Amino acid sequence: MPVTCTGEGRTLTAEIRGEVDHHRAKEIIRELEQAVETALPRELTLDLGGVTFMDSSGIAVLLRAYRQAGELGAVLRVIHVPPQAGKVLRTAGLERLMRFE
Amino acid sequence: MKQIPVNEATMTFLSRSANEGFARTAAACFAAQLDPTLDEVNDIKTAVSEAVTNCIVHAYPQALGKITMRLRIYPDYTVEITVKDAGVGIEDVSRAREPLYTTGNEERSGMGFTIMESFMDGVKVRSAPGKGTTVTMVKHISRRLGGAV
Repeated sequence: MPVTCTGEGRTLTAEIRGEVDHHRAKEIIRELEQAVETALPRELTLDLGGVTFMDSSGIAVLLRAYRQAGELGAVLRVIHVPPQAGKVLRTAGLERLMRFE
Repeated sequence: MKQIPVNEATMTFLSRSANEGFARTAAACFAAQLDPTLDEVNDIKTAVSEAVTNCIVHAYPQALGKITMRLRIYPDYTVEITVKDAGVGIEDVSRAREPLYTTGNEERSGMGFTIMESFMDGVKVRSAPGKGTTVTMVKHISRRLGGAV
């Protein structure tokens, strides 16, 4: 399981681990979506601290989460972004759409 | 004048998504003999991942096909990576290279070529419908003490 979720009330923290590439993106998107649909959070935090590699598939994963959070009126935060993943996400300009901490 | 490569490795593998990780790790290991920085290694891994994923998603959408990756090192500390498929080819290469343009599904972002271009020092794409696609990327590695050339 590449995604582990914790949280109480209407906050959800989803920790994504390992390599985020096309090979694993579908599974990550599905797990994340199910977790958000179950928790219906007001605040969604994606913790990328355990991501060891990310390519443009990660952009799609984060954009999906961004859209889903938007539909729920939830705030999306992205934390512990490793340098390699950060470079990929900034290339797509995602730091203009969501909060990187 | 075209330089003669100091070292070269070629590998052919099936267009299975499990090989995305194999290809980028192999490219990183090969480039390691130039003692690149961690950032340079990561740039190579990311660009190779994009090129190989394109073959898997777009070149061979229906069946498995073969992908050939050739890695070369030149005396001027340049790594050249060629990723070649014999798949469907690209009708409009300049359009395919545009940011956010994708014919893929929901887990694609259309940023593959943009990432290859911004992470490498040069990207060349040769393709024609039905004739497959060849992507050639180069990266200059900074000269440090540990390099083998």
